[in-house]
Amino acid sequence: MSTPLNRRRFVAQAGATATALAFPLVGGAQPKPVRVGVLHPVTGALAYSGQQCREGALLAIEDINKAGGIRSLGGAKIEPLLGDAQSTPAAGTAEVEKMNEAGASAIVGAYASAICLATTQAAAKYNLPHIVDVGVADQIVERGLKNTFRFSPGYTRCAQIALANLHVLNTAAGKPAKTVMIIHEESLFGTGTANLLARELPGYGYEVKEVVKHANPTRDFNNIVLRMKAVNPDIVIPANYYNEYALLVRTMQQQKVTPKAIYSVLGGAASSYKFVKEFPQAANGIIDCNHWFNPKDKRAFDLKKRVEAKNLFYSYEVFLTYTAMRLLADALERAKSTDRAAIVNALETSTFSDHFLPYGPTKFVNGQNTGAQPLMTQVLGNDIKVIVPRDYRQADPIFPLKA
Amino acid sequence: MNAPSPKRDLLQIALFALAVAAVAATARSGVLLNFAMMALYGCLMAQSWNLLGGYGGQFSFGHALFFGTGAYAQAIAQLQGGLNPWLALPLAIVAAALAGLFFGALSFRYGLKGSYFALVTLAFAEVFRIVSLSVPFTGAGVGLMVPLREGAANLQFADRRGFVALALALVVLGLLATTWLRHSRFGAWLQAVRDNEDAARAVGVDPFRTKLGAIGLSGALMGAAGAFYVQVFQYIDPGIAYGPHTSVEALVAAIVGGLGTLWGPVLGALALHLLADLTRSLFGTLPGINMVIYGAVLILIVMFAPRGLLGLGQSVRQLWARQRADAAAAQPREGLHG
Amino acid sequence: MFDFGILFPAVLNGLTTGAVYALVALGLTLIYGVLHIINFAHGAALMMALYGVWFLRQFLGLDPYLALPPMVAVMFAAGYALQRGIVNRASHGKDENILLVTLGLSIVLENLALLVFKSDTRTIDTPYTLATVAIGPAMIAVPKLVAFAGALVASALLLWIVRGTDLGRAIRAVAKEKQGARLVGIDVDHVYAMSFGIGLACLGAAACFLLPAYYVNPQVGNGFVLVAFTIVVLGGMGSFAGALVGGLLIGVVESLGGLWFGESLGQIGIFLLFIAVLLLRPQGLFGARA
Repeated sequence: MSTPLNRRRFVAQAGATATALAFPLVGGAQPKPVRVGVLHPVTGALAYSGQQCREGALLAIEDINKAGGIRSLGGAKIEPLLGDAQSTPAAGTAEVEKMNEAGASAIVGAYASAICLATTQAAAKYNLPHIVDVGVADQIVERGLKNTFRFSPGYTRCAQIALANLHVLNTAAGKPAKTVMIIHEESLFGTGTANLLARELPGYGYEVKEVVKHANPTRDFNNIVLRMKAVNPDIVIPANYYNEYALLVRTMQQQKVTPKAIYSVLGGAASSYKFVKEFPQAANGIIDCNHWFNPKDKRAFDLKKRVEAKNLFYSYEVFLTYTAMRLLADALERAKSTDRAAIVNALETSTFSDHFLPYGPTKFVNGQNTGAQPLMTQVLGNDIKVIVPRDYRQADPIFPLKA
Repeated sequence: MNAPSPKRDLLQIALFALAVAAVAATARSGVLLNFAMMALYGCLMAQSWNLLGGYGGQFSFGHALFFGTGAYAQAIAQLQGGLNPWLALPLAIVAAALAGLFFGALSFRYGLKGSYFALVTLAFAEVFRIVSLSVPFTGAGVGLMVPLREGAANLQFADRRGFVALALALVVLGLLATTWLRHSRFGAWLQAVRDNEDAARAVGVDPFRTKLGAIGLSGALMGAAGAFYVQVFQYIDPGIAYGPHTSVEALVAAIVGGLGTLWGPVLGALALHLLADLTRSLFGTLPGINMVIYGAVLILIVMFAPRGLLGLGQSVRQLWARQRADAAAAQPREGLHG
Repeated sequence: MFDFGILFPAVLNGLTTGAVYALVALGLTLIYGVLHIINFAHGAALMMALYGVWFLRQFLGLDPYLALPPMVAVMFAAGYALQRGIVNRASHGKDENILLVTLGLSIVLENLALLVFKSDTRTIDTPYTLATVAIGPAMIAVPKLVAFAGALVASALLLWIVRGTDLGRAIRAVAKEKQGARLVGIDVDHVYAMSFGIGLACLGAAACFLLPAYYVNPQVGNGFVLVAFTIVVLGGMGSFAGALVGGLLIGVVESLGGLWFGESLGQIGIFLLFIAVLLLRPQGLFGARA
């Protein structure tokens, strides 16, 4: 090292090397492959969800390529550019820059709302189409970014539907439930959902007796369950992530607290095959308003089998990202080009219907698919069954739960 | 340990600024510009920590306190105060400096030093994080979002170069502040306090006011970093603002680069960002491997460069100097061995 | 404001939760007391221990309480090796470097776990996981009661080791005056490694008591680090009795704080107490004035 580090050259070289080595190539074909960024937090606090999302994306790419790739582009295969958002907006943004330079035609990601806010914006600079796979915060599609598209519903829609359906269920059962206790996690998704519910529930005639906010992570739920015993609400509404949800419900089971219903909105473990498998008793009867697939569509179950064969759980991250990738493939077909503006245009006018999500007709307004909707599920007979709406009903709801 | 003349420091700063500006002006790669921006942002935080920890000898584990205060001030001034972000920026810096002065005064007044001081700063940051999760004017758990309105007048640059320029300006400010510290009487007092607080007091230095000045300055720089973050990412929440992430980033970069030096923080931040980027690029498939390597390299750096990377450079130079001296001393013998 | 029917169980909940915190803090206070380092890798080590307990249960069917001897032994060995092999060698005696080394270690451990064990949350099922015992109006979970007993036993054991054995005397000597200890022939490096080993062994025990009521994933350790630091300071750095009492106290403070201010804001009680102790009585409840 006889010359001092020339910072400029080093950085330039490192950047070039990094970009060249950046993306593990998976697959490849004769017509130039279409490069698609697959960006998720696969390390850090959100690692589990990020990895599930990535799995969904890769399965979709596998299926698309096996079926002949993008026909209108001469059978071009999709080549994934894998990125790790490291559970922070800053890392996500850096990956977007890399994907842009590696020639990505579009990006699918980035699971978490806070990260999506940053990545969609970074992509917008290059008019790089960015499909948001999960990210439920409404702000994501309210900033007027032309490149941002979200196929699944945001939390406002989920909360509204949950409320309407709660009222329907309650009324049909003779209005046994009057009081509610909301338990939510302290950050964006939990607080936003809880605020909305607390505001709207009284309008439907329910009394919100208590709103409990808890930390991420919460090490012990005994006190919250203690409050629950004291407050004795008819309905408990949890809005939190998997670990806390599971711990809460297990503690309720342990302390023998059995409300008339556990009614979740975007509940972390409420419609989770993992939770049902590991804690069947605690999970029994839990109702959730969450992302779900069309139970009448065989393809949804085919995918479930494939995912479970890999020893993974079939969670919403998998099927939402899978579908987001297929939405992109459909847009590529219609755009007949890998030009970003053409893809954005194709997405804007998309009527994508070849999917197994229980959505109305696809129509993007300001980047949000207005046909998107959550479904109500209930854990019955050690399985998760859709109860509302009727078009997708697999089993009659049990409301209220018998003690 | 006498610092070289201020003129030399200023010259180095000018060269550095020119080099970075040249890179930013000519670079066409978004990746490079983004890297430069994030590395400079990291430098700013490392410089802040270095002022208090390197020159002042007070190790803080809670620098996020100043980061978050600056960030929230920047966001709130725009959202609720309707201020233009250019005006909000100095406000944010002042707010963070005041936080430094207040909590510094509290800690130093009660004589907290060493690990105790480190832990109390950590606790202060945590308290702020918890409170901001519940208080409506910080948006509680939902956080604050500054609307996207690109334009230089709005301190939201459509072109990354604008942010690189802003970050560079802030880093240069930090460098100038550090240079001033190295050559001023205040700086001498601060280093005296760092080396031996009692002895310093004995020769008439007021440790309390000296440390207070250092933490105020340190807070100001960190607050600038927080405000910068808000302008770039437009979203802040209690975890991002007051979580341990920025505290750790600031102290690791400062220590790895070389404590108590002018260029240590710059070198440290650059090295760590480079490391993070390379590991992320090279090991994308298996999640986790990149961070394992990052952590391992961190340990190795500490093992082989105990005085930081800058110290490594100095050690190497000393080694050559000694080798040359040995060689020179060996000269007269050459005639004997033909 | 709250009646006895709520306060009493809340206090008991706090005591039992605090017992687990105490177990985590016991190891940290020993490491701080002797090596004078703030072990950033403590949370990651707890996480590794939890995985250990999980695997022993999953593949050998070993009950977590029966797993105590092997876990304590393995964690002790790991701690000894880590300190001797990495921490000691990398530190060069400088505080800031030890900090970075333990930080680097925690990053490596957390991500190794992510790589090897994947990111999903794992739990174990035991016949007593859901069992409760009625104490007055309270229903306390059996695993938590066992943890409480375990914390008492562990503290007593540690106190005995440090006061009644030669090793303990050596540890106290090194903690008080390293150079002096070296001069009288004590192998300081060995004592350092033993202390680190015992510190991690405590985590092995803590994991056995914690897992039945909790879960494990690569990030699980992070939730305990700050609380553990708080307890170490509150109790007095280097004091086992302090870690035990501090842990129980913090548990109760957290519990009551949650009751009065909500679970999110209630966390503030822990840190306000932390700050108060640091400002007004930095040596903690049981520590000697430095």
